Amino acid sequence: MTAPTDPPAAPKPTRIAPIVTLDAKSFWEAADQEKFIGQKCGDCGKFTFPPRPMCPHCHSLNRQDVELSGKGTVHAWTIPRHPHPFGFRESPIVAVIQLAEGIRFVSNVVGVGYDEIRQDMEVEVCFEPTMNNHKVPVFRPRSK
Amino acid sequence: MARTFTEAAIAGIGQTEFSKASGRSELQLAAECSLAACQDAGISPHDIDGMITFTIDNSDEVNLARCLGVKDLAYTTRIPGGGAAAAATIYQAMAMVNAGLCNNVLIWRAMNERSQYRFGQNPNQQMMSYQSGNGTGSLLWCVPYGAMTPASWGALQAQRYMHTYGVTNRDLGYISVQQRKYAANNPAAWFYGKPITLEDHQNSKWIQEPWLRMLDCCQESDGGVAILVTSLERARDLKQKPVRILGAAQSIPYNVEVISNYYHDDLTVMPEAQGVAKRLWKQTGLRPSDMQAAMIYDAFTPHVLLQLEAFGFCKRGEAAEWVKAGGMAIDGELPVNTNGGLTGEAYIHGMNSMAEGVRQIRGTSPNQVQRVQNVLISSGMAGAILSKD
Repeated sequence: MTAPTDPPAAPKPTRIAPIVTLDAKSFWEAADQEKFIGQKCGDCGKFTFPPRPMCPHCHSLNRQDVELSGKGTVHAWTIPRHPHPFGFRESPIVAVIQLAEGIRFVSNVVGVGYDEIRQDMEVEVCFEPTMNNHKVPVFRPRSK
Repeated sequence: MARTFTEAAIAGIGQTEFSKASGRSELQLAAECSLAACQDAGISPHDIDGMITFTIDNSDEVNLARCLGVKDLAYTTRIPGGGAAAAATIYQAMAMVNAGLCNNVLIWRAMNERSQYRFGQNPNQQMMSYQSGNGTGSLLWCVPYGAMTPASWGALQAQRYMHTYGVTNRDLGYISVQQRKYAANNPAAWFYGKPITLEDHQNSKWIQEPWLRMLDCCQESDGGVAILVTSLERARDLKQKPVRILGAAQSIPYNVEVISNYYHDDLTVMPEAQGVAKRLWKQTGLRPSDMQAAMIYDAFTPHVLLQLEAFGFCKRGEAAEWVKAGGMAIDGELPVNTNGGLTGEAYIHGMNSMAEGVRQIRGTSPNQVQRVQNVLISSGMAGAILSKD
């Protein structure tokens, strides 16, 4: 029973939880802790995305998960209208984010209106909750 | 069997009707179009000895072979990458015949993609097909962000190109209008007798705002298409005029994948199509100006532009103006998707446009181009040049 004095519960997240494969497990576990990490080769130092077991440049298996700057730009974007994306009350802005580390990441741009989204606009990472108590990195306009 | 280089040719094409509800199983559609391709060629289905389809086709080789009474199958293979497989099936069939491994290679693709399941819907089992062999491994990175349909992935792939060159959604409308004009004259097309205007295009609802409208998207269709490949020598003795596979190629450059294709260096080009073009022109010694028509995979209209540029029919960023000036019309520089394409005729995962390439060489298209010697067929990651014997 809920006591009448309790504040109303926050609405339950409706965003679909990430599909976690073994090669991306550390990425999503870090996201749950609000850490945005990337795969850096422990030998040649190059960044790679999506995560993979082997460095494509030097073939090292020495994979390091390092925290990224979380800064990037909107490289491409769209607003899915039909069919309405499952798990979203309003259509999200979906974007390919060009990260400062030279890799790209598909995400959402939040905190901007549909008419405020701009090509190459500067954004920074933040996190949003999903179903089943997970979190995913999303991006908002960079604070000055 | 001695293995010597053998030239390959398309001897037969077959298709079912294209609908929104076939009312029968995908295996039955596969069997019907396969039989039609064999009858078109004048060979017995019992003599098929190679079979090729897409990784995501739901019919089993053995079950289809049992329908057709195939006596002794020598080679089977499947191609990944969704619709990118379309021209790659012809590439594989050519290679099998070239190597002397098969005499009669059957290619099929049959699906109830409208009545049984829909690629364009929110997450469902088909859409979650990021598993190995589908060539779409990064889709799982899109789903939590509301990019859950081919149109959303396609829009995101094309957007930087559209932005960079100032291509508007209205510009894309000229592609839709031209393809529906072709479809309107093609009795096999779902949109037979139903042309559209640019205003119809602009009044259709947003699928991906502000990039793709409903009339920029391929249809969802039920149906099947089959193609029978054999040696050029043998094809000359069969029922139809042979259609030579002059060259064929596949190209998957580093960091490229089908549709969720955001990780290669320059998102304003289609590196896979550039790779196919490079191989095809080198293999055949031909140039873009040697093509009299082209069938170009058009899941979404912007991808027609990207391929026109990749193959060198237009300079970078100029394809939209080229289309607007009538470049892909029947009397244009290069008639494109003369069956109506995947927006106008049907969406049998690109295979129906491959069959149209064959009809153009035979001279039997409902929108026949005059004096055709060579036709380019492209599904982005693969392509072929079909030629008159």
